[in-house]
Amino acid sequence: MSMELDVFVGNTTIIDEEVYQLWLDGHSVSDAVRMRLESDALSECEASGEVLHSDTMDQYRTFQMCERLLHCPSKLANQLLFQIPAHRQAMLIERYYEFDHTFAREVLGKKLSKGTKKDLDDISLKTGVALKSCRRQFDNFKRVFKVVEELKGPLVENVQHHFLLSDSLARDYAAVVFFANSRFETGKRKLQYLSFQDFAFCAGQLISYWTVGAVDNMMEDMDVDLEKEFLHDLKDLKVLVNDKDMLDQHKSLVCYQLKGKIKAFSEMEANFKNLSRALINIASKLTNTKDVRDLFIDLVEKFIEPCRSDKWTVGDLTLFLTHYTSTAHTLEMFRFQILWERYMGVIKSCILKMYHD
Amino acid sequence: MPGKLKAKIVAGRHLPVMDRASDLTDAFVEVKFGNTTFKTDVYPKSLNPQWNSEWFKFEVDDEDLQDEPLQITVLDHDTYSANDAIGKVYIDIDPLLSSEAATVISGWFPIYDTIHGIRGEINVLVKVELFNDLNRFRQSSCGVKFFCTTSIPRCYRAVMVHGFVEELVVNEDPEYQWIDRIRTPRASNEARQRLISLMSGELQRKIGLKVLEMGGNAVVGYLQCFDLEGESGLVVRAIGTACTLDKLSNTYTPATAINPCNSSPSKDIKEAGFGEEAPGVPLSSGPPTPLRAQTFSSFSPSKSYSRQSSSSDTELSLTPKTGMGSGGSAGKEAGPLKALLRQQTQTALEQREFPFFTLTSFPPGFLLHVGGVVSARSVKLLDRIHNPDEPETRDAWWEEIRQEIKSHAKALGCHAVVGYSESTSICEEVCILSASGTAAILSSRFMQDSALDTEHRFEDLMSPGCAFCHIPYDELNMPFPAQLTYCHCCRRYKVPDVLFTTIDLPTEANVTGKGCLIQARLCRTKKKAQGEGNATAISNLLPFLEYELHTQLMNKLKLRSMNALFGLRIQISVGENMLLGLASATGVYLTALPSPGGIQIAGKTPSDITYEQHISNMQKKINDTIAKNKELYEINPPDLVEEVIGSPIPEPRQRSRLFRSHSESSDEVSELDLSHGKKDAFVLEIDDTDAVEDIHSLLTDAPTPPGFYSCNTEIMPGIYNWTSALQMFTSVRVFRLSNVNLTNQGLNKVFNDLCENLLKSLYFKLRSMVPCCLCHVNFTVAVPEDELIQVAVTAVAMSFDKDQTQENGRQSIDKNLMKAITENEDQLQFPLELSAESSSNPLNSAKGLSEVSGPLPSARDRCSSWIEQLRLKAHTIRCGSIKTMSSLEKASPLPEGRSRSLRSNRSYAGSSVTVVKMTPLSFIPGTKIIKYLGIINMFFIRETTSLREEGGVSGFLHSFIAEVFAMVRAHVAALGGNAVVSYNMKECVFMENPNKNQAQCLINVSGDAVIFVRESELEATPPQPHSASAQTSSSGEGT
Repeated sequence: MSMELDVFVGNTTIIDEEVYQLWLDGHSVSDAVRMRLESDALSECEASGEVLHSDTMDQYRTFQMCERLLHCPSKLANQLLFQIPAHRQAMLIERYYEFDHTFAREVLGKKLSKGTKKDLDDISLKTGVALKSCRRQFDNFKRVFKVVEELKGPLVENVQHHFLLSDSLARDYAAVVFFANSRFETGKRKLQYLSFQDFAFCAGQLISYWTVGAVDNMMEDMDVDLEKEFLHDLKDLKVLVNDKDMLDQHKSLVCYQLKGKIKAFSEMEANFKNLSRALINIASKLTNTKDVRDLFIDLVEKFIEPCRSDKWTVGDLTLFLTHYTSTAHTLEMFRFQILWERYMGVIKSCILKMYHD
Repeated sequence: MPGKLKAKIVAGRHLPVMDRASDLTDAFVEVKFGNTTFKTDVYPKSLNPQWNSEWFKFEVDDEDLQDEPLQITVLDHDTYSANDAIGKVYIDIDPLLSSEAATVISGWFPIYDTIHGIRGEINVLVKVELFNDLNRFRQSSCGVKFFCTTSIPRCYRAVMVHGFVEELVVNEDPEYQWIDRIRTPRASNEARQRLISLMSGELQRKIGLKVLEMGGNAVVGYLQCFDLEGESGLVVRAIGTACTLDKLSNTYTPATAINPCNSSPSKDIKEAGFGEEAPGVPLSSGPPTPLRAQTFSSFSPSKSYSRQSSSSDTELSLTPKTGMGSGGSAGKEAGPLKALLRQQTQTALEQREFPFFTLTSFPPGFLLHVGGVVSARSVKLLDRIHNPDEPETRDAWWEEIRQEIKSHAKALGCHAVVGYSESTSICEEVCILSASGTAAILSSRFMQDSALDTEHRFEDLMSPGCAFCHIPYDELNMPFPAQLTYCHCCRRYKVPDVLFTTIDLPTEANVTGKGCLIQARLCRTKKKAQGEGNATAISNLLPFLEYELHTQLMNKLKLRSMNALFGLRIQISVGENMLLGLASATGVYLTALPSPGGIQIAGKTPSDITYEQHISNMQKKINDTIAKNKELYEINPPDLVEEVIGSPIPEPRQRSRLFRSHSESSDEVSELDLSHGKKDAFVLEIDDTDAVEDIHSLLTDAPTPPGFYSCNTEIMPGIYNWTSALQMFTSVRVFRLSNVNLTNQGLNKVFNDLCENLLKSLYFKLRSMVPCCLCHVNFTVAVPEDELIQVAVTAVAMSFDKDQTQENGRQSIDKNLMKAITENEDQLQFPLELSAESSSNPLNSAKGLSEVSGPLPSARDRCSSWIEQLRLKAHTIRCGSIKTMSSLEKASPLPEGRSRSLRSNRSYAGSSVTVVKMTPLSFIPGTKIIKYLGIINMFFIRETTSLREEGGVSGFLHSFIAEVFAMVRAHVAALGGNAVVSYNMKECVFMENPNKNQAQCLINVSGDAVIFVRESELEATPPQPHSASAQTSSSGEGT
């Protein structure tokens, strides 16, 4: 004796957010039923396992049928099959595209290809995110990437417009797309301490200041790639370390400003040339795609690690970078003020974001 | 050439990919009506084609316009091979034929394919130009309006109720053994869909002709059914009530007119828009035909009807003696006058072949007395229908049954049958035909012209809420044993101890407490047999089945301490080796009827002490249940003896007593005991194990969870303050009995559990709507195969505002009470006005409930706290990983969101899809229906040859039901409507063949497409529905 068929269909599609989350997290129906039975929220309903199973099956079926539409969220609004109130639609979409940051951290900077998809079981094991959920998240990345890649205009807005996501989620996706496009190295052991949010912040900075779209807001601009011309021009900054006078002058100016204000003053003074050289070298090498990819590892190895070993505080670092940037303007021979500002603005905020344990 | 149909194909969207190579489609459209076909150009390489075609014009007879649907086929052009069909859309033109309904059909329609389901959408514009045709021998009946609603539709008033109309048409079924046929199932299923669409059109036209002959202009309570008789063919039959309706010109005025009319019954109640013509106003539509001459022969539509010549004579003879008691006269004279009136009505009704009415609720003053349920069943062997044009055998079968019903009604001293319906159950070649209704005595006021006006006044006077319970039959010559008592309201007339009816609770009825859904369920095994033997076996079983169902109903009714059933519907379904019986009704406590006695258990063998103990235990359990139920349903019948005498309107005082008694719970208990001591206690004898089982099953019905009510009638007595939150749903379950050798008891338990579990699931799913009531709960059972039981439920869950003012309730109760009573009286006519109003003065209506579930701040608070918990839970579940929590904030919490979405549809303007509400009720709380756009009557077949891939049987049916809803909504939206009322899923036939990975399902749905406006908006701005609809239809996406 068994239930052969059991369905419930409402004119307005009933969506249980809790079950939706269980589905998104990749739990099987029986797991979901077990978890719901254990949850306190439902204890007052006195629902039996049977009732929960039936309900969960209905919900899972609904989600499966909706999934096709969620792949193209704008379709959800004008499809006729499910009558879902607008705010519920927004919830469905937002939740579907939400991702685990631990998972995203693993995929960040990797090529969104079949090869990476094969590694998902390892990532699943490592992050504790169910494989099903990993697949969904990976496919979401890939889908968003594919759509946005060729589009003109601001990246975040494109994501938002095509996938109807909230601003913050759209920004996260922009970061994922940007990293996947430029293939930044994020997997090195020395970078492991950085979280997805750290990188997402840096991506936001790069998108806002270093891409073509950053300088002029013309529609034909692309947001996904760094501006070639700008990267080329960065070579000019070499003068700051190659011209010995200028380097000395720069150092003394910075030292003058910081004296008594930072704890690690002596270490800074001793290391100034190395630090400055590191930053300028990174800048001058950015014409090389390979070196662009290594931007973050370079920042960590060449700048952050020395500072950390000298036990700089975040305050020290902030003051140093601020004055390091501003004093360059007072250098008489230095002509690349705008370029310098554009470069250092991003580098400064990235370093500050990345400077933690 | 009396009509020109014009269609324009605008665009398509979301089309499926038909060309794998390019991932695109070269789509074009064929538009077919009758034998004429037009084609659009091919729109190459697009999934969102913009055809923007010319107007395709069809010049056709209006007869064809009524019969034929407009067929739209979307195809993929293929240069080298045959064009592939993407899918079809059938559009029923009928709503365009009535001047009052829709004027244009315009919108996105889902493109439907029987195998693939919905495949994209197509935007279509359809118009009709009708030329007036005054030919009296015409075969068309354009302009006759059809309503599924079983009451007088909200924005009309009944000028005259003509009576019963019926018709049936038969045809060969293009596919009865779908799996074994040579022709592809798809082709035959499409043929089947087309044929049924055609047959429905023809049937509707023929019924319309009968209505015109009777002088009416509308059919109310139109019920159309299909009998899939397999080899012997396909029968489409329909019944309805012919009426002459007048559209209320200003839809808002009647609302304001209600209160005065109801507060003083002597005032002319007709102003409420329901009564007959005010004196001096001529009948506007149709010739005012007196009905007695209407002996139309129901089974030969080709025959011409002759009624004209005699009409004036009969009218004279009908006219009552003048000078009869004027309206103002007191109720004492009512007796003889009533008798006379009754006689007149009787004669008027007797002239008709079948004085049947499919209505379940009536204009005030129409229903005088109710006798009880009458039903008839007959078992027939199906034979091949040889000549589809002369469907005589089927007609004769139904005629036989109707005659029986008529004679039953007569035996109950009644001249009419109301709440009448017919149904069939077919298994192989055996067919059970069933008809049931409620025997009643009706007032003549809607059946003759307005000459009788003045007489009805005293009827109004003497029918405050109890008159319909007074027995219509002769006390000394009772048709069945019943205990009569004097009416507990007026103390003047006799009433029975219990009352079973198939109608909705009359508006004016005095009810104590709340009602609830009561079901009797029964399963009986039957030996497999063939032909005649099988039919005999079934007809031998039927009386027992009915008897047991009745006993179960009675027991359950008493267990809930109630004394009347409304909306009773008994369904008997036949399978190869079993019979299923399911009776559903809404139990209530009618104040006019005596309080029911308890249930007493008597053992046969009193010697054994343990046995005695067992019995007394059981008795105690039963008594406890009764006491609990009384509390749950707030049944505290007033102490009558000293209350009523001499007070003409005793209700207010009774009611207030009722509320006071809440606090004095000790009082209640003693009263309960008293009732048990009464001699009329119902005795259950336990003489064998069966009886023990019966009692057990009686007690196993799980109570509805706190916050839920349920009924199968339109609304629940005792609940007034509906919010506009509503959720219509369909749930289907199929249960496989693996153990074939089940006993009757075993089967019963399985069936009972199936229904109970289904209800439990429903309550769980709809928990977010608490406090709410499941209204119009409609169960249908079937035995699709040997070991399968199928149960389908369609109902609507409606939220209501629970008491928000518990602390200051006391002093406001009296005030509320008065209000409640006036509200109670209007409830059925104008629940729309009411719900908006009552939200501001909520009644302490759900007190019993809140006592059960502990102190709750308010429904909304509770709901939101629940959500809080849920969200917390969601957090904890995912605490292993870090997520973007900010987005959680964005996902709006449920209660807030729900209320937002339901309060205003307009805020949806962003999306291009109109929100269409669906409900099996005839109204939507908090709104006013301003226009009926036409009947929706759709038939779909879906099949699959890849059952597993589509998620098994459940996945298959789930998407099909969702698709059916979507297509209904799309059609309503295209007509310019925003809701379907009186929605009904009449048929859901599911067949599967898992071995072949195949399944097939047929669904037939019906309802009335309407435009509603919210009460609040109605006052602010005059509604402009049409511009709105035009807007939505034209705002299709352009990309």
